[in-house]
Amino acid sequence: MTTTVIEERRQTGTPDADLSPSEREQRAMRGFAQHFGAYAALNLESCIHCAICADACHFYIATEDPKYTPILKAEPFKQAFRRESGAFAPLFKMLGLKKKVTAEQLEEWQELLFDSCNMCGRCSLICPMGIEVAEIIEVGRRAMAEAGLAPKALADRARHQAETGQPEESERPYAEVLADIGRENDLEVSLDKDRADIMVCLPRTDLERHPESVAAMLKIMNSLGANYTFRSDALIAENYGYYAGSRGLQRKITKRITDTAKKIGAKTVIVPECGHAYTALRWQAADIIGEELPFRVLHITEYLGEQLADGKLKLGQVNGESYTFHDPCQIVRKGGVMDAPRELMKAMGVNLKEMRNKKAFSFCCGGGGGVNDLESARKLRLRAQENKLREIDDTGADRFMTSCSDCRVAFSDAGEHHRWDKKTDSLIELVAANIKE
Amino acid sequence: MTLLEFSRGPMLHFALIVFVLGVLWRLVAVSLLGWRKSKTKWRNSTADAVKGGAIATGNRSWPHPEFLDRTAFGEAVGYGYHIGLFAVLLLYAPHVVFWKNLFGVNVPFWPTLPSGLMSVISIVTIFVMFIATVRRYMHKPLRRISNFDDWFTLFILYVLMLSGVMLVFGLGGRYEWVLATHIISFNALLIWFPFGKLMHAFYIFPSRFITGYKHEKKGASS
Repeated sequence: MTTTVIEERRQTGTPDADLSPSEREQRAMRGFAQHFGAYAALNLESCIHCAICADACHFYIATEDPKYTPILKAEPFKQAFRRESGAFAPLFKMLGLKKKVTAEQLEEWQELLFDSCNMCGRCSLICPMGIEVAEIIEVGRRAMAEAGLAPKALADRARHQAETGQPEESERPYAEVLADIGRENDLEVSLDKDRADIMVCLPRTDLERHPESVAAMLKIMNSLGANYTFRSDALIAENYGYYAGSRGLQRKITKRITDTAKKIGAKTVIVPECGHAYTALRWQAADIIGEELPFRVLHITEYLGEQLADGKLKLGQVNGESYTFHDPCQIVRKGGVMDAPRELMKAMGVNLKEMRNKKAFSFCCGGGGGVNDLESARKLRLRAQENKLREIDDTGADRFMTSCSDCRVAFSDAGEHHRWDKKTDSLIELVAANIKE
Repeated sequence: MTLLEFSRGPMLHFALIVFVLGVLWRLVAVSLLGWRKSKTKWRNSTADAVKGGAIATGNRSWPHPEFLDRTAFGEAVGYGYHIGLFAVLLLYAPHVVFWKNLFGVNVPFWPTLPSGLMSVISIVTIFVMFIATVRRYMHKPLRRISNFDDWFTLFILYVLMLSGVMLVFGLGGRYEWVLATHIISFNALLIWFPFGKLMHAFYIFPSRFITGYKHEKKGASS
């Protein structure tokens, strides 16, 4: 491992760079306790140490390194729970049966919680006890963020996004990039309307790397004649606060979207092809801001599925090429958007060749949960992705597509690295190409 | 008081008290941490979610086919010794008498299996437990996450099962001593139960149910 990688992993991601080890320990435990409830406790208490979760995890399957056993990633918090707040905590503490979690141990676990877990939830499906491992990892990430141990790459972006609305400085504001994409593709851009029924967000990865996907969104929304708008003050869908485990920053980033949507009277907020953005806004936003959302949150495929069912979206037939489809974990497995992508494909007459592990059981792309942004995780991610690329090839499909920009970035990087012969397409682009005006 | 009298008298009573109070406390202690109310508008209704929880409680007993090629052996071993232990515990005639006496109940129909068959089941169960133990040591993730709880629980189970088989076959010295060992190991199991992983016998249903409930609320798979 290079020095740069070690530095990236070890550097604190918060302004609390000079925290002493004992301060880190205290903050981690405090953060852990704050976000820990009966459900998380039940998850930790129920573990029978069967290690079956390893058999669901792409990182373990690829490496066979036992440290990637999903439930092991929660070990410091299991240890802390038993010692500090479990039913027999005083006994465990007095007899020294559970040792105190140390700052050194937390630093060691940073890789396991951030680099080698996408919070994809596949391990939650295999557990005979029904343990939601991804939920514990989330609580663990929050504790790490409190202790200033979120990876710098994620924490910096989270802070920047909370302050400016963008995870990083860009050459031009993303609203300008969006306007340019509209101009270049001769598509009208509905931007910064004061009132609209629908507010649409975009993945910054698409604005930067897949302008054709942004153009597809524009074409679809315009074709449907929807009363929609993009808002330059709430354009970016990703939530780096969620990736970094910082509840405070996640809240700020979430509020930027929810406040804007409320201000313009939106009845629906559309999350684009971005999985973790869907989790953060659809399932976590109301709790993190502490109030019910006065609008619906729909993933773009979910919205298009509704439009298709209502007869408003009319689609032509695709050519005879066969496709296989990657189900993004946050949208399908954890998000419950099970049918919409396939209904859209069916309506276009897509010759779909399914992977062996599909829908809820799909293997993760390896890049979600902020892993794409961690250089320290790249080597492991690329290794973990080999299995998925093989599974895609085994379908014999001519083309490959998905409906999450993070997955797309991960597959593109893996494809380039492994000299894979497939390009990762977007379902939305296919819909846009076949929409009947 | 002989060791045998002690084991099935005061020690058994103590073990039962620790077991009952310990189990209750451990269940209550989890609930005391609080169930958070959510402000999220879920995709599915509470009634659907309850149904999803009930389904998950049942269907997690059988692995999803997608995982079986990697997990079949481990599942078979796990199920193997659990079924064996339950059969010995609940269907062996002397144990049935023990339960009836302990709880003072007179269940008119409590089936038992012939003692010859029970002996075979016991020996097979010990053999499968041995495979599980070797696997816990050889299988890298299992070994990595194993701790005192796992090994100590297995140790008590071995003493319990082996002393039981020795009783049946008249091995290991004086009958009273072997029987005392058998009962003491059972008492030890009861005492250890609330402190370690054996609690999964009680956690399994709420854990599966709540996860199934939460998944169904989102419309996600369980």
